[in-house]
Amino acid sequence: MSINVQPREHLYRRRRATDRAMTALMVAATVAAVVPLVLIVFFLLKEGLGSLNLDLITQDPNRPGRPGGGFRNSIVGSGIMVGLALAIGVPIAVGCGVCLAEYGQGKVGTVVRFLVDVLAGIPSITVGLFVYGLIVLPQGEFTAFAGAVALAIILLPTVARITEEMVLLVPRSLREASLALGAPYWKTVMRIVLPSAMPGIITGIVLGLSRIAGEAAPLLFTALGNNFYSTDVFQAMDALPLRIFVFATGPYDYWHEQAWAMSLVLVAIIFGISLAVRALFGTRVTVRQ
Amino acid sequence: MTSETLMRSRRRRMGLRNPYRPGDWTLNVLMAAAAVVVILTIAGLFVVLTKTAWPSIREFGLPFIWETTWDPPKKEFGAGAFIVGTVITSVVALVAATTVAVLVALYLVEVAPGWIGRPVSYMVELLAAIPSVVYGLWGVFVLGVFIRDQMGPVMVDYLGWIPFFDGTPLITGLFSAVVILSIMILPTVMAVSRDVIAAVPRSQREGILALGATRWEMIRLSVLPYARSGILGAAILGLARAVGETLAVTLVIGNRVAIPHTIFDGAYTMSSVIANQFAEVENDMHRAALMEVALLLLGITFLINVGARLLIWRVTRGQRAVVE
Repeated sequence: MSINVQPREHLYRRRRATDRAMTALMVAATVAAVVPLVLIVFFLLKEGLGSLNLDLITQDPNRPGRPGGGFRNSIVGSGIMVGLALAIGVPIAVGCGVCLAEYGQGKVGTVVRFLVDVLAGIPSITVGLFVYGLIVLPQGEFTAFAGAVALAIILLPTVARITEEMVLLVPRSLREASLALGAPYWKTVMRIVLPSAMPGIITGIVLGLSRIAGEAAPLLFTALGNNFYSTDVFQAMDALPLRIFVFATGPYDYWHEQAWAMSLVLVAIIFGISLAVRALFGTRVTVRQ
Repeated sequence: MTSETLMRSRRRRMGLRNPYRPGDWTLNVLMAAAAVVVILTIAGLFVVLTKTAWPSIREFGLPFIWETTWDPPKKEFGAGAFIVGTVITSVVALVAATTVAVLVALYLVEVAPGWIGRPVSYMVELLAAIPSVVYGLWGVFVLGVFIRDQMGPVMVDYLGWIPFFDGTPLITGLFSAVVILSIMILPTVMAVSRDVIAAVPRSQREGILALGATRWEMIRLSVLPYARSGILGAAILGLARAVGETLAVTLVIGNRVAIPHTIFDGAYTMSSVIANQFAEVENDMHRAALMEVALLLLGITFLINVGARLLIWRVTRGQRAVVE
């Protein structure tokens, strides 16, 4: 007895058509998802390349309305605040990450890990207002220090979770060998576990750095911004993303051109870090703003 | 009983983490202190914002949430218009971004060969690395101009009969904000969905393929049902991002205190009103009211995040159970 497949052919044709239509839709969606990146990079290059010049990094901003000038104060300010944020945030984040990896199996560990994840999702503008209420309001003035604290809070969850993962990756045998040789627990952690996890932790720190380098929202009401060159951390200070924000909203054409140029530089730095990290450590870690 | 306690304390003293050894003690205290700082930060966020918002909370009470009057000189405040702006922009952006993101994730996992999949996947993730303020700049000078001159007029001509689609396209407005937000949360939703879809066991796919299903039938009948709650979690994470997004939205949304009537109207979101007005508050009540907006924003994103994490947590645990 032979099975007659002929009458089912039209049914299969419809199913195959649906399959092809959905595949086409998936391809279309993928193209649509890549287009914005291409457009953003294209316009950054188109608008930004023309206005790039050495004055941008060697000069301070001119009086509003007078073309020329640069972003020296913003670049130095960004450097100081990001550096200070790393100095405050990294020890706490690494301590928290190691703590989660070493003691994080119980209920308390689960709760702390959960809270770290939740902290990662809190809007950066609320972190800015929190630091405003905590430091700026009692002191009565905007300071770069307050800006750095806000950035450190944003840095914390990223670095803490990567540290935890990297410490958990350290082989048991290394740890056991150290303990078997009679090394106390703290020495095992400080001399064996942390150094083995260090490359991964540094990756995490670099990723965190490239995230906070692009943040302006937490600095709006803490470091405030400053038209003049300043290296005093207890004064208001400028930062690159803040200056881009001010110039993008401002009325002058040359402000817009300079904002494009600085955005190009900022994005180039962040993409460069992302590419370098990916080349060195593979696909597991990515930069998220 | 006594001997058991004795044994336990002895084991503790000789064990690997000896609380009586100064080095271990110091390390434990330092690590615990770091973890406590995280908990204190989250608690501090709520305490400090509540304290600074207190005059406004006491003055306006619960109606603050739905009143739409926002009059700094007269000291009358209500966050209704901002909450509506935030809800509209982030929910529409979420629906748009999730639809595209899931299709992209399916393409990358189920269809694309590795030499296409890996670079495309990385390119979409690079979107997440662009700073918010750069999105804003691009949104104003490229996207906004395109919407005003090309896309907007065409939309009004052909879709104007749909409610809310009439109006005058400008550079800034609700529609520009939605498009920018969709692009910004796309990588978040895509990356998590892709990982969830990739985690669907091979046997699920092979089973239904062996029954003669086409590739789309396999996706619809075995992959998507399996990955559904994980994708939901991804979408909620994207929602939290959209709700809190500040600078890009501030630049493109048009900053108008009113409930928008068409998709091209200017509006305000909770984060953009803070970014725009906080530096130039007119009086103490104005500052307290903005602080209360921030407190509401914190509460909303906190709840969304807790929900998303619990969902993803439950899914991944459930998956492990199935695999075992």
